[in-house]
Amino acid sequence: MIDIKEPLIPVVGVVTDIRIDTPDVKTFRVVTPDGKKAFEHMPGQCAMLSIPGVGEAMFSITSSPTNTEFMEFSIKKCGCVTQWLHSMEVGQQITIRGPYGHPFPVDTEFAGHDMLFIAGGIGLAPLRSVINYCRHYRDRYGKIDIVYGSRSMQDLVDYKEIIDEWSKDAGVNVHLTIDREQPEWDGHVGFVPNYVKELGFSTDKIAILCGPPIMIKFTLAGLLELGFDKTQVYTTMELRMKCGIGKCGRCNIGSKYVCKDGPVFRFDEIDELPDEY
Amino acid sequence: MRKISLDKLNQLFSKIAETQTLYMPVDTKTGARYEKWEEGKELSDALNTVRSAKDFFFPQTENLMDFKMEGKNIEIIDTRNEAEDFVIFGVRACDVKSFEILDRVFLADPADSYYENRRNHGTIVSMACTRPVETCFCQTFDIDAASPEGDVVCHKTDDALYLEAKSDKGEALLNSLNDVTEDTDGSAVDEQVKTVHERMSRLPLASLSADAFGADKTKEFFDRPEWAELSQSCLGCGTCTFVCPTCQCYDIKDFNTGHGVKRFRCWDSCMYSNFTKMSAGQPRLTQVERFRQRFMHKLVYYPTNNDGLFSCVGCGRCLSKCPIQMNIVKVMKKLGGKSND
Repeated sequence: MIDIKEPLIPVVGVVTDIRIDTPDVKTFRVVTPDGKKAFEHMPGQCAMLSIPGVGEAMFSITSSPTNTEFMEFSIKKCGCVTQWLHSMEVGQQITIRGPYGHPFPVDTEFAGHDMLFIAGGIGLAPLRSVINYCRHYRDRYGKIDIVYGSRSMQDLVDYKEIIDEWSKDAGVNVHLTIDREQPEWDGHVGFVPNYVKELGFSTDKIAILCGPPIMIKFTLAGLLELGFDKTQVYTTMELRMKCGIGKCGRCNIGSKYVCKDGPVFRFDEIDELPDEY
Repeated sequence: MRKISLDKLNQLFSKIAETQTLYMPVDTKTGARYEKWEEGKELSDALNTVRSAKDFFFPQTENLMDFKMEGKNIEIIDTRNEAEDFVIFGVRACDVKSFEILDRVFLADPADSYYENRRNHGTIVSMACTRPVETCFCQTFDIDAASPEGDVVCHKTDDALYLEAKSDKGEALLNSLNDVTEDTDGSAVDEQVKTVHERMSRLPLASLSADAFGADKTKEFFDRPEWAELSQSCLGCGTCTFVCPTCQCYDIKDFNTGHGVKRFRCWDSCMYSNFTKMSAGQPRLTQVERFRQRFMHKLVYYPTNNDGLFSCVGCGRCLSKCPIQMNIVKVMKKLGGKSND
């Protein structure tokens, strides 16, 4: 046996809790068999989860590194691996390796700034890690605005945490919206990009976007219209990955590998990449 | 420099094979290929092997690890073993250079231990080319077919094989062969190099230039309209990527044996449609994008990330194997502008 670490070999993780968020999103709590976190990470980083025999796939770590007890992954059902993950029960073991990629610059470029988080659908999953990190170190950041939208009220991920915790924090404003009217919904109705423009934020903030490509496109355009500069706006990207360490060759956009040079990019950096994502 | 007469080559090979596994190109019905040497096998005189030498360090398929599944529990079994020492004899200059290109991917932090393990245990004995052919263009990438790199560099003349160590590993190997080789000066080799250089200057691709390409030229080439025409007949068969000594893309898959799960790695190809396919979409929708990816990677992206080094060694395998006769030379000529007129 070789006595060197191999980045492709995972460790065993145990699923200790499964929360049903929406009809197609569940949040899985994962620890090692001896009850610890599999590894430390920073907000925005990802991990490879796998069920041997089914496959391995990359997911953003949705829990904040300030959670010392476990890691969480909010996962939408949309393929072989995610289908399997959705069908498992508490106590199931999976494999986990990571962390991968560059995190959001939470301790450098974000420090001291007002923060504007904008998410659509499952796009809240990677942002939840940053949001909870900023809430944990509340005095390091200014005002926090969170704009979050989904197709319907039932499709809002982390709804309970948003209502019970985030919206009760001092200096945190949550703006929820859903695409179409629902009888039990008395909040805002409309698409995220329009809602952002209606809310009309001041431009002295750092903005972070995550959601479907079409939402990103129009929201970015709206922010630029409001006077934001691309150097103030961040997103996190996703492409097919196998290795997570810039070697298997498939997640590149031009000369950048999303797994290793991303997944977090600033929009002025994205401008430098060819249009192939 | 050491020397051995050609009629004693078998002694040299059996001496090496006493302590290490020895591989070399031998002739087969389907062309030259690397095989384990044993008494009776002869070194091929073919210019190059049909498949490249990358298999030695990055095999087409390899087991990465095993899993035992029991109820809800998983056991991960590390199946890695320390590689045995081996010698690859007769590697051409282009293929030797390909190892440096693969090293920059697989040995970059965090290093791939499967590759690193084999690399540490392999000794490269290269063989200078004497008669490069019309598909050769290693000169384009500053590779000298007449003076390859390697742990030991060999030159074969009409009557003798000349061996020179270029690394500590090579020195150790050559020292172990002192009984069967004799000391010599390099005059015969110098003469051969001169003749081969003269031959190389007359090759049809001798003036092919890569100067138009290189680091940080993504914007210059990405949106060029010529990609559509160049890729028009591409079948997406992936042959070019499989015979290529520098193509390193891979897939990781699981196989359920009935008693457990084997996770293996196998070569993959950016020319395949499902290479980048996701449940949420597909960034490279047509063969135009896939074709562009392959050549942009070799000529622009890889150099951008690796100090200007190109990810092509001009071995010419894709020129002779592509079923529609499309290849990197045509791409470079079409897009390279004035430098290739």
